[in-house]
Amino acid sequence: MSVGTYTFRYSTLHTQFIIDMSKHMNLTLKVWRQKNQNSEGKFVTIQANNIADDMSFLEMLDVVNEDLTRKGEDPIYFDHDCREGICGMCSLVINGRPHGPNERTTTCQLHMRSFHDGQTIVIEPWRAAAFPVLKDLAVDRSAFDRIQQAGGYINVNTGGVPDANAIPIPKRIADEAFESATCIGCGACVAACKNASAMLFVSAKVSQFALLPQGQTERYERAQAMVDQMDKEGFGNCTNTGACEAECPVGIKLTNIARLNREYFTAKIFRQEDVHA
Amino acid sequence: MSSKSKPLFSSSLGKKLIMSLTGLFLCTFLVVHLIGNLQLFKNDEGYAFNNYAHFMTHFTPIKVVSYLLYASIILHAVYALILTLKNKAARPIGYHQSAGNANSKWNSRNMGILGTIILVFLATHMQNFWYQYKFGTTPYIEYHTDLETGNRQTISSDDLPANYDGYKSFVKNGVETVKTKDLYKQVAFTFQNPFIVLLYVVAMGALAFHLIHGFQSAFQTLGFDHRRYIGLVKTIGIWVFGVIIPIAFAIMPLYFFFKG
Repeated sequence: MSVGTYTFRYSTLHTQFIIDMSKHMNLTLKVWRQKNQNSEGKFVTIQANNIADDMSFLEMLDVVNEDLTRKGEDPIYFDHDCREGICGMCSLVINGRPHGPNERTTTCQLHMRSFHDGQTIVIEPWRAAAFPVLKDLAVDRSAFDRIQQAGGYINVNTGGVPDANAIPIPKRIADEAFESATCIGCGACVAACKNASAMLFVSAKVSQFALLPQGQTERYERAQAMVDQMDKEGFGNCTNTGACEAECPVGIKLTNIARLNREYFTAKIFRQEDVHA
Repeated sequence: MSSKSKPLFSSSLGKKLIMSLTGLFLCTFLVVHLIGNLQLFKNDEGYAFNNYAHFMTHFTPIKVVSYLLYASIILHAVYALILTLKNKAARPIGYHQSAGNANSKWNSRNMGILGTIILVFLATHMQNFWYQYKFGTTPYIEYHTDLETGNRQTISSDDLPANYDGYKSFVKNGVETVKTKDLYKQVAFTFQNPFIVLLYVVAMGALAFHLIHGFQSAFQTLGFDHRRYIGLVKTIGIWVFGVIIPIAFAIMPLYFFFKG
């Protein structure tokens, strides 16, 4: 039952009346539908009605999918996992913006209150040759895995948690490494970049080790191996537009890219003996 | 990790290193070119400017640098094309709706278009002056300067015999005689054409936006982002290369056009 913008619902689970304070809206979705990797996709217009503004974007899609399933249609295929903004699994380019219009937000943490009643929302998958569409809005991001496998690891045993005073680097450097390590590998940087460049991702993964003592053993080999793999996967070239930084849901900074450039050129020009023994 | 990595210049970063270094070299050239060309504003019937033009085209070290400059322009353009083609291939299917200016600046996304305008300008510019000076029918002029009083008389090529037999500079009886190609006159003549003036002014606008992004982008590509000095780099990029230099260059055709 609806009175004004409030909805009164009877919940059988808790045997109580719930006053749903959320506003509801009707939306027009223009969704990219693609049967599989080999077929051609197209935009399909789908109505999303009676969507509560406190739903997350993915919950809105869940509601749409229930509706599609009831009608016997194929639900919209999209990636998601933790729905807490930390796993990097959700994606979606929403009205031209990876992870939607809000800053530092993953799609799962984007709420429908960021949209308004009657709005048309265009939903597209990440677009990159290196991220082929698997189905609808889900893309294959295993190119990132292969870049990680090329050098995003360390071989030394780091042991247990060290005493605070036993860490041989200043805290601000450790903090910087930590900030780089917060990259969740979602691929929004690639999606945002006009060149589909993976530089922000690779630079974060190189930086988190380059800044730490544990990462020194493979430091220069790592930068080269990961850049080689990045090129091999068919990502574009960075033109320093800064779109990646602006769209990154965890705020990975462009300074990481400068650091990757430094690491790579240092390896190539000055540290050959460290790399090719 | 494999121990044998790709050679530097076959990697994406190596190609961008070339863009960065050639771009910065072209930036340093702009400073020299501007300072030299400021002599166009001297009211001396081109005496300083024409002597400067002769020096710049005949002094061997400068000639070497000028060939480096032509090579840089070509490399910068060719690598831009190579990288752009790769970038286009990296996203075969584009977005239905783009973010526009929501996450990046317009000029940073359109460096190729801005660069193409500059390249068209450069071709015109080389034809207008470099080609005319070297192979064309540039007029010539003779300056007779009394070294004691500083009084100067000029005889332009309209009054001189038609055969220009090369640059001459000598002092005789306290009078300095300089006979040289009159590039100054060529400049003044060329900028009577409103279409050329318009092209030059538009190209300087493109140059401004190209360098506002390009100058600081080159430092980022080199890996330079020192937290104390990067602010200075960005300030120089915007104000010196994005504002002062392009405006100063754009004033030159306008000055001669309105001077008549």
